[in-house]
Amino acid sequence: MKSLAELAAIREKMKNRVVLREGQGDIRVVVGMATCGIAAGARPVLSAFVEGVANEGLSDKVTVTQTGCIGICQYEPVVEVFESGKEKVTYVKMTAEKAKEVIEKHLKGGSPVAEYTIGSNQ
Amino acid sequence: MKELSLNILDVAKNSVKAGAKNVGISIAETDDTLTVTISDDGCGMTPEFLQNVTDPFCTTRTTRPVGLGIPLLKLEAEQTGGSLSIESRHESTHPIDHGTVTSATFYKNHIDMTPLGDVCGSVVTLIQGSPDIDFHYTHTAPGLDVSLDTKEMREVLGEDVPLDLPDVLVWIEENLKEQYRAGGRFGQ
Repeated sequence: MKSLAELAAIREKMKNRVVLREGQGDIRVVVGMATCGIAAGARPVLSAFVEGVANEGLSDKVTVTQTGCIGICQYEPVVEVFESGKEKVTYVKMTAEKAKEVIEKHLKGGSPVAEYTIGSNQ
Repeated sequence: MKELSLNILDVAKNSVKAGAKNVGISIAETDDTLTVTISDDGCGMTPEFLQNVTDPFCTTRTTRPVGLGIPLLKLEAEQTGGSLSIESRHESTHPIDHGTVTSATFYKNHIDMTPLGDVCGSVVTLIQGSPDIDFHYTHTAPGLDVSLDTKEMREVLGEDVPLDLPDVLVWIEENLKEQYRAGGRFGQ
């Protein structure tokens, strides 16, 4: 059983590290999680970003957050990527698979995946 | 919604938006019913808002005048022969004990029952999205007794380790899954 002792171990492990709080990274990934997003499949997309960012060691520069309805419900699941000094990138009709590609090419590689952006889907 | 767990995620987000500090999510099953209850200490609803809250054209969102979260949950409950009820005390009239309790009962053997789906995923998503709110999750059924209380977790983690730390989120998911497995449920 995953016990509270294991939680204590996590605390111990984090003791000597600075824990980044929300919004401190250079890149912010925002997933639309209102009724429209959730119904369209945003939960697995969010999980893919949370897991991917942690597994790829990107936690220092990327934060993943949730937001409400962005207003383009027909394009959900919608994911916005904000990076300081760059224009916002809006990904539409996302899936967990596409999220993995965005993590690899955009968050790690620095170039947005054009075919999943709103510009290519109108 | 494809899964009831997505309705739970969606409706619990209303509690977050209502400024709740504590959100309770309980799933209680008998042999033929399943009752989902989401309770919070948020700002509550005025009697007028409460009266219209199952109307799809009633919403707090500002992007478009449609709100389907509660109507969808109601529809899904009613299509199994069940029902939805909401009680709410608004902060203007109940300055101390304000909040909302939303409860939906389903007849789970009905052919139109929405499958529960990945509730662990919904709980993790809620905590990831609002790491400063306390969530108390319970799921009981014959032979099953699952519970998670973020207050207990915070006591162990201390103030410096946030609940949305990836290691902590993984612990939550694994902890819940192990509790489900102990109750003989492998799909959750």
